[in-house]
Amino acid sequence: MPEFRALLARKTRFIVTATIFFVLYYFALPVLVGYFPELMKKEVLGRLNWAYLFALSQFFMAWAVAFVYTRKAAEWDKAAAAIIINE
Amino acid sequence: MTIAVWMFLAFVVATLGITIWAAKKNTSAGAYFAAGRSITGWQNGLAVAGDYMSAASFLGISGMIALFGYDGFMYSVGWLVAYLTVLLVVAEPLRNAGKYTMADLLAYRLTPRPVRAMASLSTIIVSTFYMVAQMIGAGMLVKLLLKDLPLVSTEAAIIGVGVLMVVYVVFGGMLATTWVQIIKAILLMTGTIFLSILVMKHFGYSFTSFFDSIANITYTDKSGAEVTRNFLEPGMKFGAEVTNGWGPLDLISLGLALVFGTAGLPHILVRFYTVPDAKTARVSVVWAMIIIGTFYILTTFLGFGAATILKPDNIVTDNMAAPQLAEALGGPVFFAFISAVAFATILAVVAGLTISASASFAHDFYTNVIHHGKETRPGQEVKVARITAFVVGAVSIFIAIKLQNVNVAFLVGLAFAVAASANLPVIVLSIFWKKFSTTGAVAGLAVGLISSIVLIILSPSIMGVDGPEVVAAKRHLIQGNPIFPLTNPGILSIPLGFLAAIIGSLLKREPAAEAKFAELKVRAHTGLGSEKATAH
Repeated sequence: MPEFRALLARKTRFIVTATIFFVLYYFALPVLVGYFPELMKKEVLGRLNWAYLFALSQFFMAWAVAFVYTRKAAEWDKAAAAIIINE
Repeated sequence: MTIAVWMFLAFVVATLGITIWAAKKNTSAGAYFAAGRSITGWQNGLAVAGDYMSAASFLGISGMIALFGYDGFMYSVGWLVAYLTVLLVVAEPLRNAGKYTMADLLAYRLTPRPVRAMASLSTIIVSTFYMVAQMIGAGMLVKLLLKDLPLVSTEAAIIGVGVLMVVYVVFGGMLATTWVQIIKAILLMTGTIFLSILVMKHFGYSFTSFFDSIANITYTDKSGAEVTRNFLEPGMKFGAEVTNGWGPLDLISLGLALVFGTAGLPHILVRFYTVPDAKTARVSVVWAMIIIGTFYILTTFLGFGAATILKPDNIVTDNMAAPQLAEALGGPVFFAFISAVAFATILAVVAGLTISASASFAHDFYTNVIHHGKETRPGQEVKVARITAFVVGAVSIFIAIKLQNVNVAFLVGLAFAVAASANLPVIVLSIFWKKFSTTGAVAGLAVGLISSIVLIILSPSIMGVDGPEVVAAKRHLIQGNPIFPLTNPGILSIPLGFLAAIIGSLLKREPAAEAKFAELKVRAHTGLGSEKATAH
């Protein structure tokens, strides 16, 4: 089933890329806060500093990745169903 | 204070009513272990959130932010991001390939008996550790919240929580557990949103004045001196200067355990068997992420609110910050409501832990390891699970009462470390790596399990030298300098778990397992041949 194999390759590529992205984004927080505290203490928006804003951004990052994944997964579902019908 | 007892009793009556209703529907193993796979996406999302957000998050994190400011808030972040691992990697393949337990996915193409025996052991250990920590937490809560009531002792609270969770699980199975978790999630979110609004009302609904006052908190610190600190600045708990330089690395290690451990927690994984298909499992993770994310963002108001409105020196212990804040802003009735929510929270989590441990013992160990996958009499698997739930409950009550004065915060960290180091590597490799073999799975589970436990025993959580002034509940279990410097072993034990699984697979190849990989891939990614919903 070459079509199925191609679909799986696409899926795996997306999952690996997305996982690497969110892991890097998430661990940037403890690394920056732990090893560059002075930088993260800088206030950007009123009294809000980089440390708080970056931590808060993690929530929206997680929701955004989840949103993109569900959109993609719906496409894969359709493609897989089409392949199964053709088989 | 009696209002809290009445509110909690109302919750107990409602959940017991649900248990009676669920008991009537439990006519098959699929109904008992997986709620007939008939739970909808949003329902399962709420249940996952209710299963996951323990008293440690609700009370513990609010308290940590109230006492340590920003560093406590950093804790909040990892609990949500962890769900990306669940969503992207684990939930759908697990739902498609398995039946009732985590081990089903592994046994799909590996030799079932050794793999199931190890996975069952790991499941029961993770669940029991976590459960004992929750039950001791319930006992401590009673001491703090209901100290004026003569009848309610710590032991009574532990026994009460234990008996209720056994009743839910033995009679109501997964269906009752699910609805207990859904109700708890709704109560917890209601309480949290209302408390957040009260905090903002206190600041005239002005974010500027809220954050301005967080940046200038004046209080009396432990040495008796009056200090003014900016609670938005990092470093009060994990800063290099307060932790002999190990804090930042410990925080990274904790992050690893959270992000990779959540997707290996057996009681979370079994929730995905309760929905009709993988697509619904995916939808339910998204619902869970919306609820869990909102909750952890709101810890900003609970934690920093307590720090500014109560001041850190007026908070009795870290677990009391949220209830005290509720009392200060909403009076005794709201305090009672938040206290009742805290108990409901514990009950929902321990019920989830009990059913996952008993399902694993009955399905993995009893049916598949001892009886080679065949039931000698119909309904036997469910019967064994019910007996196991009873035994698990009794053992946990006993351990929790024995350890009630011991500092057990490390048990939660240990559960996450084992889940991340033993369970997650074998789950990921079995989905993605063709050459993964039985030897690799057993080695990965064993090394992940043992290294987590050994490293925690050698860590500052267990080892330390206390002066004579330290009270029994805060003393270290082993008096001596810690050999491993971090409280969270993940940074070392997770790579060890992966490494053992990979080396084991390369040392002993398994052609039969490799041959079955293509079949697993089709099933995991399309749902062809997966377990269907039975009851509606």
